[in-house]
Amino acid sequence: MAETITATNGEVLTAKDFATDQEIRWCPGCGDYSILKQVHTILPQLGLKQEDIVFISGIGCSSRFPYYTETFGMHSIHGRATAVASGLKAARPELSVWIVTGDGDGLSIGGNHTIHLLRRNFDMNVLLFNNEIYGLTKGQYSPTSPENKVAKSTPFGSIDHPFNPIALALGADATFVARSMDRDPAHLQNMLLRSYKHHGSSFLEIYQNCNIFNDMAFESYTEKSTKKDEALFMVQGQPLVFGANNEKGIKLDGFKPVIVNLEEGASKDDLWIHDEHDMVKANIISRFFDHVDVEGHLPRPFGVFYQTTRPTYEDMMSQQIAQVISAKGEGKLDKLLAGSETWVIE
Amino acid sequence: MALETTTHDLEEAVIKFAGDSGDGMQLTGTQFTTNSALFGNDLGTFPDFPAEIRAPIGTVAGVSGFQLHFGSKEIFTPGDICDVLVVMNSAALKSNIRNIKKGGIIIANTAGFDAKNLKLANMTSNALEDDSLTNYTVIKIDVTRMTREALTDIQLGMKEKDRCKNMFVLGFLYWMFNREMDNTIKFLNDKFGKKPEVLEANLRVLKAGYSYGDTTETFNTRYKVEKAVMPAGTYRSIMGNQATALGLVAASKKSGLPLFLGSYPITPASDILHDLAKYKSFGVKTFQAEDEIAAITSAIGASFGGSLAVTTTSGPGMALKTEALGLATVLEIPLVIINVQRGGPSTGLPTKTEQADLFQAYYGRNGECPIPIVAAQSPSDCFNAVYEACRISVQHMIPVILLTDGYIANGAEPWRFPKESELEEIKIEFAKPMAEGEKFMPYARDEKLSRPWAIPGTKGLEHRIGGLEKQNITGNISYEPENHEFMVKLREEKVERIANYIPEQKIDSGPSKGKLLVLGWGGTYGALKAAVRELNEEGFAIAHAHLRHMRPFPKNLGEILNNYDKVLIPEINNGQLVKIIRDKYFIDAMAYNKIQGLPFFKSELMDKIRETLK
Repeated sequence: MAETITATNGEVLTAKDFATDQEIRWCPGCGDYSILKQVHTILPQLGLKQEDIVFISGIGCSSRFPYYTETFGMHSIHGRATAVASGLKAARPELSVWIVTGDGDGLSIGGNHTIHLLRRNFDMNVLLFNNEIYGLTKGQYSPTSPENKVAKSTPFGSIDHPFNPIALALGADATFVARSMDRDPAHLQNMLLRSYKHHGSSFLEIYQNCNIFNDMAFESYTEKSTKKDEALFMVQGQPLVFGANNEKGIKLDGFKPVIVNLEEGASKDDLWIHDEHDMVKANIISRFFDHVDVEGHLPRPFGVFYQTTRPTYEDMMSQQIAQVISAKGEGKLDKLLAGSETWVIE
Repeated sequence: MALETTTHDLEEAVIKFAGDSGDGMQLTGTQFTTNSALFGNDLGTFPDFPAEIRAPIGTVAGVSGFQLHFGSKEIFTPGDICDVLVVMNSAALKSNIRNIKKGGIIIANTAGFDAKNLKLANMTSNALEDDSLTNYTVIKIDVTRMTREALTDIQLGMKEKDRCKNMFVLGFLYWMFNREMDNTIKFLNDKFGKKPEVLEANLRVLKAGYSYGDTTETFNTRYKVEKAVMPAGTYRSIMGNQATALGLVAASKKSGLPLFLGSYPITPASDILHDLAKYKSFGVKTFQAEDEIAAITSAIGASFGGSLAVTTTSGPGMALKTEALGLATVLEIPLVIINVQRGGPSTGLPTKTEQADLFQAYYGRNGECPIPIVAAQSPSDCFNAVYEACRISVQHMIPVILLTDGYIANGAEPWRFPKESELEEIKIEFAKPMAEGEKFMPYARDEKLSRPWAIPGTKGLEHRIGGLEKQNITGNISYEPENHEFMVKLREEKVERIANYIPEQKIDSGPSKGKLLVLGWGGTYGALKAAVRELNEEGFAIAHAHLRHMRPFPKNLGEILNNYDKVLIPEINNGQLVKIIRDKYFIDAMAYNKIQGLPFFKSELMDKIRETLK
């Protein structure tokens, strides 16, 4: 699907235009390659001028991303991409700003900035590459690693309880919350496009395989043999179904989600219909988070959990300035310097 | 019938208003200040408030003070110790008794010296009744009772009536110093125009205070401080933080760059954020970030986008910003970092002043990370200093640290403010779009060694920058050993080269050669100048120079230092500039330090200088 869209300046861009001359330094087989490819594929479809796009990252494997994308970019410091991007967007609302971060960068050292970005609702796209491990520092557990994770810094298993990034984003009142994965290019491209189209902060968690330090962490959701049973793809207005033949569904029993089998008497009419504008349902489905090893666990949802509209920070900031100027007129420096009370010495 | 009074002419006077946080002493002080300024005195003020917002009423912790020094001669400081001390309660007397001249006047509200107030202040005996104040002229007034009596027929609660008592004191002081009260009457009308009862109460008590002086026999000496001879022009009163905010708006206007402030509230810097948040009609964008780190990094983002980007803070916040300072250094983008210094380390003395963050500004980062430093020397000078910091930052593509301090940030003085047309343009140019096929080099350099400011939205300039070591010219990541050494030296040379674009160091007072040079920086300016001038008048051949540019130093500084037998460096810290000067110029500079959260007194400086000359 090599769709091309003419940018506002009449230029036709392709994925190749977004590749840089820098040698890519991710490990061979890393999930980051796929994400980079999908991003380069969708960028020409946005109708943007190349020079109006900015990628900002923090520190970590994922944060090398800007070096490999021919737009404006900044590889900032650990955890602060969100804050750097907030300042840039406040100053230059017309730019298309993308944040590339990871589970360590965006949820550990930079967790504070992430939640504040989401509540302020800057119109930006947060791509959170979640590999449930610290890759660049060579294999310590991360704030999304499951309990009991044996890693370099946890030889006897991790006693940290992990973050649920989707629930966290919803808790911070994000206006767009979605999940995708590196190994499903079509779905990922779709989610990237949806993230871009949303006016407000878009939080997209992307399951990304670290084949060196946490290989196959998401295999249940990405591998053919288990994907259909373990991954639940949410589609707006459609019932929640999964399984090899879409034979399983989710039904709400009060506020409790239960798995029913359509081949064993359950009716499709009783199933939960996905509604990404329903905050209550979004909160429930965001909690489908049990590890696959847990008996009776629910499938892991992918797609858009929640989407709503709220004024963006930069729009309100510009409006406030425009309102003050229209009420008081443009500021006069001489008047400001003089203040309210002056006296003359002859 | 008014009694016979005698009027003494004074060259200068220092008044301190002290009372409970809720007694309105800051307001009383500012009103008397405005009155003095409008009358034509030169002046300097300093508020002294507690760290607690509402400490228990009547306690020493809750005492709030405002000191004003005004005169018919040039005034450089808020004054060492006061001639007149107004105390609204026992705690105010207890915490200020050290600050009054022998023979000075204490005006005491007797209602604040009852058993309850004495106990709250931990005073075993009533100083107004025993003989502990025999060295002073004590004027005892039951301000609370007089205020209530003036308002018997006014329909206000007792609490609201008592709130007017600061006006009684103000009225009395206006009488004592032979003043008109027009400015305060106008102020009250503006403030309470919508509350006629409150307005009437305040006006009545103000006049009652004045009449009290006029009609009672308690006191029959009045004072007069004539107008000062000051350069002709239009003046206003200005506090340091106000001047900093104005300087930023001015630099934004004169550079054509939109102003962005990323800031997190911290004492004593928050007022800069407050002021800039008001200036929306100038297009100023203020972003109250979630923490100090987001404050500076958001400013880095705004700078990348082409704004005049600023972050304001104080010491503890500065500590949190250090990693981002390194990023701005490697990115080589403009950024102005303002540290309104306070007492440290850690939370330290939030409302007290200190100059102890100079080392932090010089060295406080990982790696070799030189950053230019500019310092402001007085409340109004914050305007010039921040303007200069902005100029260097945007013209040299470099982060610049501005150091002010709590003393000048909250102090006030008359300011002959400039006209917009008198301010020098700050010329900057963004990198131009590139034609097809040309390759943009983000780390190409000009004669200042500064690189192009290439902002997003400019065709053909797409490029990536970051905190990893760069190759010169291309800006590509480079781990080459020789490249790293080259880049470290280059960034240092870039800072040093700024010396070619700043004025040479001047001698502020005294001879250009002689026995002693007193070298200072920052907020000690007024005290050093006053001390050196007075000693010059006494015939001592000593000079005073005050540094604006702390890094790099003006090119002629070494030469100046060698023109004197001795160099004395007084600082409100444990000796920081003195160590940098010794290190750079190999001279035996002497330190003089005070680390009490307080500014220097002129008298102690004079003593130290005399001792040094022996």
